[in-house]
Amino acid sequence: MIVAERKPVNEIVEMIKDADRVLVLGCRGCVSVCSAGGQREVEILASLLRLGRMKEGGRLETIEATLVRQCDREYIDEMDKWDGEYDAVVSMACGVGVNFIANLRPGVRVYPAVNTTFYGGSAEQGVWSEQCAGCGNCVLHLTGGLCPVARCAKSLFNGPCGGSQNGRCEIHKDVPCIWQQIHDKLENLGRDDDLDAIAPIRDWRTAGHGGPRKAVREDLTV
Amino acid sequence: MSFVPDIQVICCHYTSQQILAESKEELRRDGLPENVTINRFACGGKIRETAILKAFEEGADGVCVVACEPDKCHNVMGSRRAAKRVEAVRRALAEMEVEPDRVMMFQLERGFHPDFVRAAEEMNDRVAGFGPSPFKEGGR
Repeated sequence: MIVAERKPVNEIVEMIKDADRVLVLGCRGCVSVCSAGGQREVEILASLLRLGRMKEGGRLETIEATLVRQCDREYIDEMDKWDGEYDAVVSMACGVGVNFIANLRPGVRVYPAVNTTFYGGSAEQGVWSEQCAGCGNCVLHLTGGLCPVARCAKSLFNGPCGGSQNGRCEIHKDVPCIWQQIHDKLENLGRDDDLDAIAPIRDWRTAGHGGPRKAVREDLTV
Repeated sequence: MSFVPDIQVICCHYTSQQILAESKEELRRDGLPENVTINRFACGGKIRETAILKAFEEGADGVCVVACEPDKCHNVMGSRRAAKRVEAVRRALAEMEVEPDRVMMFQLERGFHPDFVRAAEEMNDRVAGFGPSPFKEGGR
């Protein structure tokens, strides 16, 4: 899922300082699962924003809602039922949702309530960890299913770097060295010969270094 | 005239059962300040952040959350969940440059009301020292 976390309240209060009516809009997708921008978080943020405005001596009206997703046109269309009832939208979706609202509703002021942090999974309740960098050229078939792009602090392809100690990363001592884990995993699978192959210099254009990426599926377009 | 804060106590059924069996007069005699209002929830696990924030929106100067001792919650995890949510509200208050101690969590033995009264008194004294809630009348 896409993992996000709420921005500090005072930052959001500042964004909406000249709006008197705000639509606080959550998303029932990834940000609900990681408890950053679902219905509960919408209710909490709306209350905090009202309090923030009260602290400034004013009054803020809020509409609290969530969309099925904020990354599809048909769900963004559901916003239209609140037309004329708000001055600004505070989106609790990931950055994709904020962009979609901005793209599809050019006349709407939309502000982000969360920082979109990474693609990850829930390691345990309340803890999420990055697992994928969305680099557009997956190498997991060569690395025992463990990603050296997202999970190595240096994104090395012919690791480990030499700085890891006792199986821990030299940059973040609380993080396992993923190259140690890749070695262990391939050894367990009897595939350690795969590690002899030298990974060539990588073309990072697929990772977004060549500008915004786009996927087109001709079999699905109409 | 000295400031008398509006203190809202949000508590679980089990920690408040004994104290709520008393009349208002008995509570005053026990030392519960008159400006303290008790709001009872089924369990600490049912006390959400929004309940605490709503109290401030409605004019509270301080909110005192009371639930069972962490390992003695009738519903196992309720008091721990309440403590986490209180902590989340305290962080949000700090982000808004409001005293986090306007919200405090007390985990007390069930039905032992002298401690309950002391928690309310402690909260009352602390918040009286802070002065009125900055959410009232546009802060200070």
